[in-house]
Amino acid sequence: VSASLCGSEAPPARADSTFKVTMIPGDGVGPELMTAVKDVFKAGDIPVEFDEFYISEVQNRASDERLEKLLDSMKSNRVAIKGKIHSPMENKGELESFEMKLRRTLDLFANVVRVSSLPGYSTRHNNLDLVIIREQTEGEYSSLEHESVPGVIECLKIITREKSRRIAKFAFDYATKTGRSKVTAVHKANIMKLGDGLFLQSCAEVAELYPKIKHENIIIDNCCMQLVQNPYQFDVLVMPNLYGNIIDNLAAGLVGGAGVVPGESYSAEYAVFETGARHPFAQAVGRNIANPTAMLLSAANMLRHLNLEYHSQMVSEAVKKVIKQGKVRTGDLGGYSTCDEFTRAVIANLPVIAL
Amino acid sequence: MQTVTLIPGDGIGPEISAAVVKIFDAAKAPVQWEERNVTAIKGPGGKWMIPADAKESMDRSKIGLKGPLKTPIAAGHPSMNLLLRKTFDLYANVRPCVSIEGYRTPYTDVDLVTIRENTEGEYSGIEHVIVDGVVQSIKLITEDASRRIAEYAFEYARNNQRSSVTAVHKANIMRMSDGLFLRKCREVAENFKDVKFTEMYLDTVCLNMVQDPTQFDVLVMPNLYGDILSDLCAGLIGGLGVTPSGNIGANGVAIFESVHGTAPDIAGLDLANPTALLLSGVMMLRHMGLHQYAAKIQTACFDTIKEKKVLTKDLGGNSKCSEFTTEICRRVQDLD
Repeated sequence: VSASLCGSEAPPARADSTFKVTMIPGDGVGPELMTAVKDVFKAGDIPVEFDEFYISEVQNRASDERLEKLLDSMKSNRVAIKGKIHSPMENKGELESFEMKLRRTLDLFANVVRVSSLPGYSTRHNNLDLVIIREQTEGEYSSLEHESVPGVIECLKIITREKSRRIAKFAFDYATKTGRSKVTAVHKANIMKLGDGLFLQSCAEVAELYPKIKHENIIIDNCCMQLVQNPYQFDVLVMPNLYGNIIDNLAAGLVGGAGVVPGESYSAEYAVFETGARHPFAQAVGRNIANPTAMLLSAANMLRHLNLEYHSQMVSEAVKKVIKQGKVRTGDLGGYSTCDEFTRAVIANLPVIAL
Repeated sequence: MQTVTLIPGDGIGPEISAAVVKIFDAAKAPVQWEERNVTAIKGPGGKWMIPADAKESMDRSKIGLKGPLKTPIAAGHPSMNLLLRKTFDLYANVRPCVSIEGYRTPYTDVDLVTIRENTEGEYSGIEHVIVDGVVQSIKLITEDASRRIAEYAFEYARNNQRSSVTAVHKANIMRMSDGLFLRKCREVAENFKDVKFTEMYLDTVCLNMVQDPTQFDVLVMPNLYGDILSDLCAGLIGGLGVTPSGNIGANGVAIFESVHGTAPDIAGLDLANPTALLLSGVMMLRHMGLHQYAAKIQTACFDTIKEKKVLTKDLGGNSKCSEFTTEICRRVQDLD
């Protein structure tokens, strides 16, 4: 057996059955990233089978029947890996994007993005390790808009105590489980006194149940400013929908961009693995330049979730090794390699299993 | 000689205002200061307003320079900044963010301007409790306000030789509201063909801003996004202590201000840093067409910071506010 990359046990006996995972490639470079995942899984002989669904709002492949079939698959598999389903701007009468609909139907209320600096890749802020937890079923994305008077549009932001408590509890549970010391709530309650005020209050109420975990709060604009000046003061951040979108992207930028940060979305029953900063990256389609790091790391997280710990470490160690060596890097990290070349390099770094 | 209404403000406000007046004096800038205080008073009919003499002075001079104002919590009246905004219909908040040579941050060569619509959007203050535990906050986007801010942004770009204007939005999620904002920006762009127009999602802007801020020029956006992005950009260049800001009103009124807090813990101790208010004053001079004086004062200020010999505590030194001010005055006079 080659030098064990994960350090601990030998590879387990060949699994009797494979895990079935729903796969939604999505738009833009999604399909290319999924190919990378499939190639790596095949090379690593990982016991996962994918149920693929090609869903896209911009390509008119987002009908109710497709959604039904997808939901059936999710109900039986419970775990999915997903690319970004692009939300077009054109108002075709539907105010709710397909992605929002999917999120709400599956009740994927918690989006978790773990922002960690990659060893071997320097940015302006190194050695970062933040967790961003975002409520993603209500808030500003409630898709409730109307034109009350010609030329005047009202857009409703909904905050409920129930969902605020739920995400706060999720955040504190997550912090407890992963040994984190502080949870900071991000808000704008000085302006949106009732809405964000309710969110803040819910977080404070839940915080009382976790005396071992420090609880603070910070206003969103100050939070953004602090993140670019001194991001080390933060540990776990919890926030409503829109602020989550902003901070996810900001923090991803701090460690290298949308190509390197994995993310996941949870409901009480389902787990969906995706990238941290969700963009279709349409301008890269077909050019083989996308960075599959984020999606591969997310796939590794998915394997951990499926209790395939050995395989999870196998994939994530291989990816990190390639990044650290610095010889094969895609354009976003300052290199010249293609998406394929990076994937091959990861495969080359997978341990060879002696059967 | 032009009259300018000076509102020193609270906390460190009076000391930094005095510093700015001293520096303008040294530069012999043709500015006559009219000092006024702004507090919330209840007018006839129970409506909160600013003192009449402050309003009269500003309406006459049309230009104001303001230090930080405190808003006590649970005071019963809206924030002072909100009152000023409503009184003079200050619809555009402009923040130029330029990297200061000599005050190093991880981000170099930043040179962008954020223009934020400041009257509506998410800050309309309209909230309701629908049932216990469910709150609705209303974000308002109107055609008029969107057009007005877009026009201001393009005119600013033209008048200040900026090459592009980027509209920042989330119209893929808030299809009607941000969609309207974007449409207005596109329409106004048609009349300003000499300025490049691009659109970018808010999250993409944040992602790119922290990786390479040099790709941005003028950014125009609705209220909330503007609030967040302008503070993010201030963080890139060193924080609120060195960031200028200007508010443009509908009937020719323009109020320039420092956007940091009142810092009550160091008030009166001659420790404050007047840079933010000074740079806002420089922005004000440019607005008044007094470019020569603006350049002179800005150069003196930046040179002082670059030299690193006389710096206030927040800039990494241990000089007093008065020493820092004197040094800038000396340089201004030397530049003559």
